[in-house]
Amino acid sequence: MSQAKLPPFTQIGMASLALIVAGGIYLSAHLPHHVPLTPAIVLLAASALLLAGNLTALARVQDFAWGRFFDIARWALLAYVIIAGMIEYAFLRDHVSGGVLVVLTLSLVVFAVHVPVLIGFTVARFHESGTPAEDGAPAV
Amino acid sequence: MSAPVETEAPEHPPFTIPDFEVVPRKGLVIAAVGMILLIAGIASNKLWPLEFFHVAGGAAWTIIDLFLGLVLGPIMGSMSPPARVEFTTKLMPKMVLIMPTVVTISLAAGWQLSTKLGTNLSASPMHGWIVASFIIVGVMAIIALGLLEPANIAVLFELKKPRPNPAVIERLMKRFIYSAGILGVMQVATLVIMTKIASG
Repeated sequence: MSQAKLPPFTQIGMASLALIVAGGIYLSAHLPHHVPLTPAIVLLAASALLLAGNLTALARVQDFAWGRFFDIARWALLAYVIIAGMIEYAFLRDHVSGGVLVVLTLSLVVFAVHVPVLIGFTVARFHESGTPAEDGAPAV
Repeated sequence: MSAPVETEAPEHPPFTIPDFEVVPRKGLVIAAVGMILLIAGIASNKLWPLEFFHVAGGAAWTIIDLFLGLVLGPIMGSMSPPARVEFTTKLMPKMVLIMPTVVTISLAAGWQLSTKLGTNLSASPMHGWIVASFIIVGVMAIIALGLLEPANIAVLFELKKPRPNPAVIERLMKRFIYSAGILGVMQVATLVIMTKIASG
């Protein structure tokens, strides 16, 4: 990877995950009562928008190590699809249905996509030159 | 196969990196056995296996985080670069499997346990504590998934390069160890909540 400026991919990815987690906590904190889905839907939509924006911003980066990115992300995606599938199965076994199931399922989709691309990004950004590109991330 | 490393500090001569697997295949079998036992425990929905997996998984998770962040981290920081790299090649592949496995076991068994006991229902007198644990675990999950795990994988791929960059390894290991330390401190809060719930 060249020293080209990278988008703040990790930070936005973590913000997206935080929104998904907040939605999940909101829904699970009210069990077994039905709660208005609007807050969870807003959180999910915001998280999905951050995911889309993150991927779009990354796609516009010149000379990114896409080969390495996809090498890593596809295997991570396989792992996280399995994990998300197990969680979805648990929802179905627990008789979650209707709008709550839709919101939780879509949240799992965002989760299962965003974590693998975060892993792929972190590996790919250090590919080729062996030096990190700047993304505004802290040095830790 | 081994790879030479260019050290930035001239006082350290080039050294070789022992060969390693990014994901240890033998460990995959052990992790799979753990997951199968977890599924069996959840399917049985009996108190003892659920308690066992939740407590054992949670204890392992807590101890590993605290030990990594507060004990191993400072020790690694004081090691010579060759020793640190060799230690990293032995530690990090194991962490790729251990952490997701113990976290999954602890959380999945914990959710089923709270469902069985009714503590995740809003009518439970412990509900506030349970929601607090959701929030703490949620924050920990974001740090683990967004910072710790990518750093773990990335440092292993850096070490697999023909000419690994010590500065990149250093940066990623710092990120990993600091993340583990933060998670370890947050685990203390989890311990407070869990012991409160268990004691009623």
